[in-house]
Amino acid sequence: MAFNRHLFDRHARRKLVNYGFVGLTMAATAVAVIALLLILWSLVANGLDGIGLHIFTMDQPPPEMPGGLRNAILGSLEMCAIGMVMAVVIGILAGTWLAEYGEGKRLAEVVRFLNDVLLSAPSILIGLFVYEILVRPLHGFSAGAGAVALAFVATPVVTRTTEDILRLQSNQLREAGMAIGAGKSYVIRAIIWRASRPGLVTGALLGFARISGETAPLLFTSLGNPNLSFALTQPMGALPTTIYQFALSAFDDWRALAWVGALLIAITVLAANIIGRALARGSHQS
Amino acid sequence: MSVETAGPSRAARQDAFFQALCFSAAMVLMATLAGLLVALVIGGWPALAHFGPKFFISAAWDPVAEDYGAAGPIVGTLVTAGLAMVMALPLAVGIAVFLVEFCPSVLAKYVSMAVELLAGIPSIVYGMWGLFVLAPWFALHVQLPLFYVVDPDSFWGHLFEGIPNGANIFTAAMILAIMVLPYIATVLRELLLSVPTHVREAAYGMGCTPYEVVSKIMLPYIRRSAIGAVMLGLGRALGETMAVTFIIGNSHEFPRSLFASGSTIASTIANEFAEASSDLHVSALLALGLVLFVITFAALVGARLLIGREKA
Repeated sequence: MAFNRHLFDRHARRKLVNYGFVGLTMAATAVAVIALLLILWSLVANGLDGIGLHIFTMDQPPPEMPGGLRNAILGSLEMCAIGMVMAVVIGILAGTWLAEYGEGKRLAEVVRFLNDVLLSAPSILIGLFVYEILVRPLHGFSAGAGAVALAFVATPVVTRTTEDILRLQSNQLREAGMAIGAGKSYVIRAIIWRASRPGLVTGALLGFARISGETAPLLFTSLGNPNLSFALTQPMGALPTTIYQFALSAFDDWRALAWVGALLIAITVLAANIIGRALARGSHQS
Repeated sequence: MSVETAGPSRAARQDAFFQALCFSAAMVLMATLAGLLVALVIGGWPALAHFGPKFFISAAWDPVAEDYGAAGPIVGTLVTAGLAMVMALPLAVGIAVFLVEFCPSVLAKYVSMAVELLAGIPSIVYGMWGLFVLAPWFALHVQLPLFYVVDPDSFWGHLFEGIPNGANIFTAAMILAIMVLPYIATVLRELLLSVPTHVREAAYGMGCTPYEVVSKIMLPYIRRSAIGAVMLGLGRALGETMAVTFIIGNSHEFPRSLFASGSTIASTIANEFAEASSDLHVSALLALGLVLFVITFAALVGARLLIGREKA
């Protein structure tokens, strides 16, 4: 009897511990989800009211004057676009080398490894690097340097996704191409790349999502510019740097603009992430 | 009609050219990392040579007197990142286990999407949220009550000492924890999924409760790679810039309490680099960058070696 009772107690205790554990894991998940919702909510609550046409048609104002974020938005778009072109070209080629030519090579292992390190390296160091190689020698902050810094941040993302996607293509595709007499490079370009197109777009979108909110690499490369400018040799405004300047200022209307900018960036980044991942899922299933 | 000559055919030349093109792109990546290191060493050398080992142990940071010591930012970096890991790891384990073991499949898609989105939010947005939402809340609901309750001369009093404005090392670590949480949770989840089904089911077959299966079988099974996941998160936390710059309070003093304002290497560089006037100041900041590079590089290399390629 006592023995049975002991067994029963133990059973109950194990069950209880288990329920507690399940509860704790649920609580941990809830913390993450609630954090996400709180952040999104504060963006909407603080930023939505300020959104209007003037945000896109007026440049950033001096304190306590009406204004928008046109120069910052266009500057961000220009630098991201140039950075992405560089990142996509280098990233897709490098990813192709890793997936198609790197098989079994020691050097490929090293490149892959360093790319992974670069992927998580602090972006502020990229900013310092570009300052040293482009800003200091040319004696001035410039949008071109900003675009190069963004390219360095996005390239590892594109490389990584490209390699992963190309590896998913079956060898039969490659063999079929070879069998009709096409050279290896032609097979890669005309068959493998084409078959992987959604995945390659995903890589580009993820890279774009990564850099469109990046502030640290721009702080000492493109610097920021309160006026509208498209010149690559001049400092250029960008949403993240403008947000940084405005959010830490003492002026209420600057802070309100910073929230609007943060909302715009968050929407862009999250949309790019969601579309990119949806594309990737679609191509994996087919 | 073209006649194939003795040299390589057009197609072969094209192949060789394309391969060389891809190869040079891969080399650009390597050159980037090497160039990064070289640029930091060259840029930081004047400061390192000027101050010697004192650079790492002195907590003086005085642009007027041109006296720079990196101890404050270095310790600030390690403390905030370490604290962030202490906060993030239990949460990440919880999320990963919940997603793998307990989450109804209808919900799993949305929960993992939420975690992915958390990873996608830009650093500067975290910074604004930290400064305008978390810091005031923390000051009002944590710092002030503690201020009244705790005896300032006790151990706890010293630990919680600081201006109650919410901008301090502890809140910086909280923001960092939220930021690295998705990275660690995602890797841990992949690792848990990699535990062979027969190992898991054998444990269930013996009558283990889910808690026992997870804590005694699955977590020990992935322990090595899990340490790698933690180091991956650590690498991120060490180099995180904007979010920390917003909330840490940016004081170069050596951090003396949990609620004191401080600085990290990244926040110091972000704050001062564009305005640094003297060559020595610039060089000191680049030397700080070099220190950050070495620390994060070590953490990231360790992470990759422990995790292996597929899951990170």
